[in-house]
Amino acid sequence: MEEKDAGEKKAPAKEEKPQAKGLLKKEREFVVPGDKIVDSMEFLPGKNCFRDGNSIYAKKIGIVSVNGRVVSAIALNSVYDPKTDDMVIGEVTEIRDNGWVVDIKSPYHALLPLSQVGEYVDPARGDMARIYNIGDMLYCRVSQVTTAKRIDVSMLDRRTRKFHGGRILEVNPAKVPRIIGKLGSMINMIKDKTGCITIAGQNGLIWLMGEKPVQDLAIKAIRTIEKESHKDGLTNRIGEMLDKAGGAGKPAAKAEPAKTEPAKAPEKEEKK
Amino acid sequence: MKREDGRKPDEMRPLVIKAGVLKEANGSALVKLGKTTAIAAVYGPRETHPRHLTRPDKALLRCYYNMAPFSTNDRVRPGRSRRSTEIAKVTREALEPALFLEEFPKASIEVFIEILQADAGTRTAGINAASVALADAGIPMRDLVTSIAAGRIDKTPILDLAGKEEEETECDLPIAYMPREKKITLMQMDGDIAQKNLREVIDTAIKVCEQIYEKQKEALKERWVGEGK
Repeated sequence: MEEKDAGEKKAPAKEEKPQAKGLLKKEREFVVPGDKIVDSMEFLPGKNCFRDGNSIYAKKIGIVSVNGRVVSAIALNSVYDPKTDDMVIGEVTEIRDNGWVVDIKSPYHALLPLSQVGEYVDPARGDMARIYNIGDMLYCRVSQVTTAKRIDVSMLDRRTRKFHGGRILEVNPAKVPRIIGKLGSMINMIKDKTGCITIAGQNGLIWLMGEKPVQDLAIKAIRTIEKESHKDGLTNRIGEMLDKAGGAGKPAAKAEPAKTEPAKAPEKEEKK
Repeated sequence: MKREDGRKPDEMRPLVIKAGVLKEANGSALVKLGKTTAIAAVYGPRETHPRHLTRPDKALLRCYYNMAPFSTNDRVRPGRSRRSTEIAKVTREALEPALFLEEFPKASIEVFIEILQADAGTRTAGINAASVALADAGIPMRDLVTSIAAGRIDKTPILDLAGKEEEETECDLPIAYMPREKKITLMQMDGDIAQKNLREVIDTAIKVCEQIYEKQKEALKERWVGEGK
């Protein structure tokens, strides 16, 4: 996710080199599927682009990004396409003999195998629901994606957890890199300025924990980022917005999630 | 030659395209071609149900075409008909070549086309809407698909038949066309036409597809990076 964002931020000054020959679109220009971006063999097609003959075309609606000799389009809308090592938020939808089926809001469901939970479970004794039950929300790592699109997730990572309480927000997965920001700058700012505990999954689900007004403020900020992700200087503007609404934003002191609310599955926020 | 609504022979009806009109769909579009109004919604890629329809190598594209009961003067009987099944099939075949379906093996992409008002050219309006909706949903595509019908009255090729023209024309020939690839993905014909006149009618239709293409691009731009956003 960092490199995607890095491409987006790169100053247009970079492609004033002679090799920019054949580039038909400007950096950050809007493209639709089939738009010709490059008309030479000097460039290579990157993400969301394809080559046909001597030219490179966009595959999706997006914003052009040029990184050295690689041209790509940063998608504006997409479903989540799982990649190994992504951290995602998913809901347990089924308990099977070999593990848990997790819905990660992608075209394919994921499997959390028994071996990936870090403790011994005996499916014969039927104690799987004690570990993770249907409806539980998990923050997990995508451990494997095969070409046949079998997807495994793992809880054997320090960052993983099962959520207790809080709220789940659904956003466009294409905007998640922007919501997280370069090295987490954006999401950390939201956390600091609102005092809302926030965990974003690469698949477009975001978990929020805090008091109601604090949560609402964080949601407002995230929705704004989602809407204006293609504009410049967003981090500063979101910062100002949060400072202005500062009354509701208390310092991050309410950090005892499990105690303030009894363990229950987070309620889901409708997609907007 | 004079047309019923005062258009030139190679002039289409006023075209309005709007992307992103539905909140719940992954992608959507509204197309108004004169009085004909079509709305398209795209869902997916998502898991295929029922499971046995899954294709291991690429995504399944499923299209649905439906006319609202109030879309014509006579009430349209709700539900599937011979006609709607056929149009759904040709729509699917018109859209399939434009999509990178192999990027989502086993998944399915569903396109729902709803005709709110019908005044000739519903399948072409539906294809135009579906193509914008697919792009709006962020589905990888080779090209957008544009579509328009043409015919021939009094030895003149006539574009975008409407009203009584449908009865007067020698033939009614809807086509779908990929402007970048310069490929025709749908061609049907009602009526009859001499082989030597056919090319002329097709060319009339293809010429205006470029205009439709520009409108489709504008609609997507407005939706994603427009001023209102």
